[in-house]
Amino acid sequence: MLSVQENMIVEFSAEMFDQFAEIKTRYPEGKHKSALLPILHLVQAEYGWLSADAMAKVAEFLAIQPIEVFEVATFYTMFFLQPKGKYVLEVCRTGPCCLVGAEEIMAHIEMRLGVKEGEVTPDGMFSWRGVECIAACGFGPVLQIGPKYTFHEGLTKESVDQLIADLKQKAQTN
Amino acid sequence: MTRKLLLTHIDVPGIESFDIYRQKGGYRSVEKALKTMSPEDVVEEVKKSGLRGRGGAGFPTGMKWGFLAKPEGVPRYLVCNGDESEPGTFKDRFLMTKIPHALIEGMIVSSYALGAEVSYIYVRGEMMPQIRILEKAIAEAKAAGFLGKNILNSGYDLEIYIQPGGGAYICGEETALLESLEGKRGNPRIKPPFPAVSGLYGCPTVVNNVESIAATVPIINDGGEEYAKIGIDRSTGTKLISASGNINRPGVYEIELGVSVEEFIYSEEYCGGIAGGKRLKALVAGGSSVPVLPANLALKTAKGELRLMTYESLADGGFVTGSSMGSGGFIVYDEDQCIVRNTLNFTRFYHHESCGQCSPCREGTGWMEKLLQRIEYGGANMADINLLWDIQKNIDGNTICPLGDASAWPVASAIRHFRDEFEWHILNPEESQNRNFGLAHYADPLVPVS
Repeated sequence: MLSVQENMIVEFSAEMFDQFAEIKTRYPEGKHKSALLPILHLVQAEYGWLSADAMAKVAEFLAIQPIEVFEVATFYTMFFLQPKGKYVLEVCRTGPCCLVGAEEIMAHIEMRLGVKEGEVTPDGMFSWRGVECIAACGFGPVLQIGPKYTFHEGLTKESVDQLIADLKQKAQTN
Repeated sequence: MTRKLLLTHIDVPGIESFDIYRQKGGYRSVEKALKTMSPEDVVEEVKKSGLRGRGGAGFPTGMKWGFLAKPEGVPRYLVCNGDESEPGTFKDRFLMTKIPHALIEGMIVSSYALGAEVSYIYVRGEMMPQIRILEKAIAEAKAAGFLGKNILNSGYDLEIYIQPGGGAYICGEETALLESLEGKRGNPRIKPPFPAVSGLYGCPTVVNNVESIAATVPIINDGGEEYAKIGIDRSTGTKLISASGNINRPGVYEIELGVSVEEFIYSEEYCGGIAGGKRLKALVAGGSSVPVLPANLALKTAKGELRLMTYESLADGGFVTGSSMGSGGFIVYDEDQCIVRNTLNFTRFYHHESCGQCSPCREGTGWMEKLLQRIEYGGANMADINLLWDIQKNIDGNTICPLGDASAWPVASAIRHFRDEFEWHILNPEESQNRNFGLAHYADPLVPVS
């Protein structure tokens, strides 16, 4: 759901506007609305989620109505309409991964992070959720972490613990 | 040893780079097509090859190309469907990761055949690493003169762009994909008009799967007739199969169409048998949407013939005793898997992924999910099985796009072949929480229990 209680005023950098402009050149004259999804991905990569203000400013850039951005952002599951943890662990929960233990992995992540699906850890570091098939069925269980969508395959409880420890380490050194 | 056409050089170090790919004979098909063939010649070769769409529908690619309208002064588009999301299918991600130039080469040849000067590869948004890989491949191909203006001095211009999706299974449906590419919600369009007449931006458009486009490379290199020599009947050439589930060697395999299901599951060249020495219970041969088959019908047709990995043999017996090649998402279930639980999982998937346009799908998938939850977790009665059957029947064929059908088929086939397992769940709500139903009469008859 679109969150209107939580908003974040954003100011796109000149560099981001350059990227937006490059994306627009990929489509024929007058068909620049096609740039919407690629631009929303860039905005989410920058801020971690899509606030109502960010979406309104994307609409302004593309000269379309804000509702045209909202309706798209609410349709596609990759877009976060509320703030999430710095790292969102997205575990595949569809059939083939469940044959090789995805449900146990999700239960383990919930226990390890101490938050339920979709919630954020108190330190703002982690969220997790189950997602539908991410096309890696032969290498399950799998999870992905945005915004670069790095894949982690053949998960075990131990490898998940290691991954979480590594991410904590990474956040501290940054 | 199977003849490989797409994954021939998959293990060559650096094959993802232009230089190594080129050293291994890459981009020859572009040279051949642009220098010695007319676009119509290319279409003709693809028709001769008998290539059928590798995304799931299995429609002949050459025929699809032949439908493309060519009004004067209107651009035509080729859009590659790289929105691989069908549960059980992971071949396109594999191909784009390992040998991206095979797709770019196929895109150039196919775009030339269709007269497209701008083409798009729609890749699901979660595949950001693959998007980066493809963007690099496009830049390399452009630097080498295989993309851009006046390619190889032929006078032909082409630009290829990558478009990321946003995480929606429905965008694998070609008209939903086009809506998404236009920056909208992925709601499928009513057909007709078909994309061949009115597709992207209202212009004539062909949408082809990643693997289909890559397959045009060997077809142009060796000729359509050579390609058609591989396989059986109307199942020509090679096919990438994504093998997952309870097998010893999951992964992507390129097979010559015509290998038997039994060989594919048990031979060391492919899946290497059921993991842990267990027995085969069931098979989903073509991605989650196709009917699930119990072991006996997976290995042999109802007529008692060996079941082969071809479009015809997998569909033998229709949906009553057969299934479908689909996208080649080959999911293997061992004796410890629960059919009810798996059907619930897939139904939840379709409920989650329904775009909500058509009532039978929007409401029906959710209703089926609730009923299956009751059967799996307790509280169901016997009449619920018939109710479930009725709902799936009322979804099937009554929606704009095939997502509705795709949600109905797994449920229908599960009830058809595993009805006693559903009944056992309902009659034994507590026991079914603690153990699975097991094999019953579906026991794999070919492999002795050790």
